[in-house]
Amino acid sequence: MTRQSEWPELGFEELIGSTRFDVHERAHIVVDGAVCADCSTRECVVACPAKLFVPTSDGGILFNYEQCFECGTCYLVCNREGAIAWSYPEGGHGVVFRRS
Amino acid sequence: MPEVDFDAVVVGAGPAGSCAATVLARAGQSVLLLERGPFAGSKNMYGGVVYPRILDGLHPQWWEEAPIQRWVTRRSTMVLTETQALTIDFRTQAWGQPPYNGATAFRPDFDHWLATKATADGADLLTSTTVVGLLRDRTGAVTGVRTDRPDGDIRARVVIACDGVNSFCAKEAGLHGPVDAANYTLGVKESIGLPKEVIDERFNVRGREGVDIEIIGGTGAVNGGAFVYTNLDTLAVGVVLKLPKLAAQQRRPEELIASVKAHPAIAPLVEGGEVKEYSAHVIPEAGLAMMPEMTGDGMLVAGDAASMCLAAGIWLEGVNFAMASGIAAGEATVEALAAGDTTRRGLAGYERRLNDTFVLRDHRKLRRAPELVLSDRVQHLYPQLVAGVVEGMFRVDNPAPKPGLRRLVTRERKRLGIKRRDLARDGITGWRTFG
Repeated sequence: MTRQSEWPELGFEELIGSTRFDVHERAHIVVDGAVCADCSTRECVVACPAKLFVPTSDGGILFNYEQCFECGTCYLVCNREGAIAWSYPEGGHGVVFRRS
Repeated sequence: MPEVDFDAVVVGAGPAGSCAATVLARAGQSVLLLERGPFAGSKNMYGGVVYPRILDGLHPQWWEEAPIQRWVTRRSTMVLTETQALTIDFRTQAWGQPPYNGATAFRPDFDHWLATKATADGADLLTSTTVVGLLRDRTGAVTGVRTDRPDGDIRARVVIACDGVNSFCAKEAGLHGPVDAANYTLGVKESIGLPKEVIDERFNVRGREGVDIEIIGGTGAVNGGAFVYTNLDTLAVGVVLKLPKLAAQQRRPEELIASVKAHPAIAPLVEGGEVKEYSAHVIPEAGLAMMPEMTGDGMLVAGDAASMCLAAGIWLEGVNFAMASGIAAGEATVEALAAGDTTRRGLAGYERRLNDTFVLRDHRKLRRAPELVLSDRVQHLYPQLVAGVVEGMFRVDNPAPKPGLRRLVTRERKRLGIKRRDLARDGITGWRTFG
């Protein structure tokens, strides 16, 4: 499906900019670039709802941890043992969903 | 008995954890409720409907104080194709009055409220505290948790893991089997702001009445579903996507939401709204097939951590299963503490309660549903079949006479290349599952 709405959709940066993240300085996702370098399927790139995994021109994967929903999709879809080490952020940090 | 800091530690102040802590605190046990977010509910999102009747016992008249958005009095099931929509729309005013049925609510509101009920009954709540591991004795029995606080070890006679779908506690305890992505879906949602009067008008409701629209066929080649729920002055619009299919189809989640929002049957409901929040969460979708062992020595698992979400197509529930399992875990722990036996055997009352109540009875009854609902035929072919038949029935093709229903079904079935045998088999599975 390639349907488009008749009004402008938000760009991804604006979309995720609507969510609050209290970022901790320590990354709670660690990616082993050596494992990713020879992965051709790159499930994390398409599935991560926060678009944290971005392919680079030299065949690697650039990743961020800052705007992470802490959902677990990346390690669940990853087919490479040891590529993604994932834990929860430090207490009180990370995503904070809004109250009404 | 070894020295402990608390009789019980509950990991995660979601619906399961807060209910477990409430039961324990009321029984006079010392209980610590740990939450890694800055407040209970801050990490939690869902599509949007909670069924709180399980709280009748724990919090009578819960509806007078629970922070809900709207009472669902209209429930629509919608089948979409690219250009068609078939909706079965049910409305009852009974669900808009006590004791109500389902309600839309923001989880940060609802979960926060449930946690305040637990602390009011005497549970200690510690927020902004992440559990990083289990404490165990030489026999392997769980004796507490390690947190990310300085000197953060907390010893307890029982640990109740209500730490959500990723449950690192249950995994560390060895209670989960191998993790298979095929058992999970990803839920992604936009909260879209619109004035209350506009929502009332577009959805044909008044006051606190609300609408729940469940959609099949709206997620293109990615198996899953979509939803639209009404809050007071926001809409929850989102998709639920089967993880391996999502990865294989190279369609991003936010693109699939945009596609649902642009469907001719949905666009007039959502247009002009402003996105207030984008959110996502993983759902344990496979029900009974993916559940862990619920009990270990010194440990119980409840809620999403125990894969208790019910994702059965026309029934999409989870918070009620979490609350019920939390209550059962609390009761079984009280029993085990009284008997002085918190081994797996002493905690056996937990599974007995789950087996005797809707928690596992519904899951057993609907054990075939998740696979059927997310199967390729149900996802990609049957929406077209049903919509094609209905379009054929109501199209007046004069001078041609009206075709009979049987001929229409056969014509559409052949057009879509559906084998009669497969249709019959799915029909029987469907009847066995939902009948």
